Amino acid sequence: MPAPDALSTTFAALADPTRRAILARLAQGDATVGELAKPFAMSLPGVSKHLKVLQHAGLVVQGRDAQWRPCRLDPTGLSEVSSWVEQYRALWEGRLDRMEAYLRELEQQETRE
Amino acid sequence: MPDRSTQFATFIVERDISFPPAAVFRAFADIEAKRRWFGDPGGSDTEHTLDFRVGGLEHSSGGSPQAGGWYTYDATYQDILPDERIVYTYAMTIDGNRISASVATIELAPVDAGTHLRLTEQGVFLDGLDTNEAREHGTNELIDALAASLEPAATGAAR
Repeated sequence: MPAPDALSTTFAALADPTRRAILARLAQGDATVGELAKPFAMSLPGVSKHLKVLQHAGLVVQGRDAQWRPCRLDPTGLSEVSSWVEQYRALWEGRLDRMEAYLRELEQQETRE
Repeated sequence: MPDRSTQFATFIVERDISFPPAAVFRAFADIEAKRRWFGDPGGSDTEHTLDFRVGGLEHSSGGSPQAGGWYTYDATYQDILPDERIVYTYAMTIDGNRISASVATIELAPVDAGTHLRLTEQGVFLDGLDTNEAREHGTNELIDALAASLEPAATGAAR
């Protein structure tokens, strides 16, 4: 979903000291949600909430390995706030929206046949 | 003559798509399918051709006020693993000026919901021609300062 104002989303994500600490830890290397929770007196769901904010802002990505889901800094990092990167990201979000709509349409056509 | 500059960036777009990898791959590989989603929804593209094989070329061009003028897109496919991975390099021009050159990697992985797609683009952006000049230099300085504040030593959170 393209953010209407990605710069504000990024700033909001960075405005929390716990989230900044999470980013600092990930700057040293990938970590699981459990490893990220260790330094804080916080539950795993609590850390997960912060991770969701960071993912939405394009600052963190999470791996898809079935055994564990390591968190990693999105190499875009703060260059995301550059206007042209925002444009390219928004361009792709739109394209993927249209791709999904096309695949749905195709599936409906095939069901009818 | 524009001021000369280069900016480098990488960005990632990830999404879970509720269709199998083969269907998503086909949407990239087949020109009739790709035309349905890749181009400008405003319909300003005038052409899009695709030779989907390693070493094959892709070309698209069009124009609109939103695009900022007349653009061209030219890509060369570098690596294709069916239903898994597509790597291509591409360059863009706007109004005849070269504005960027990039490497794009699309990775498809099967997941319960369908396909996890990850697009990673690494590019060089030339001569500031691709900016809409809405961002102030001061904003970038502030971001640099925030980035510096994220150095691990500053927080002591890592043990």
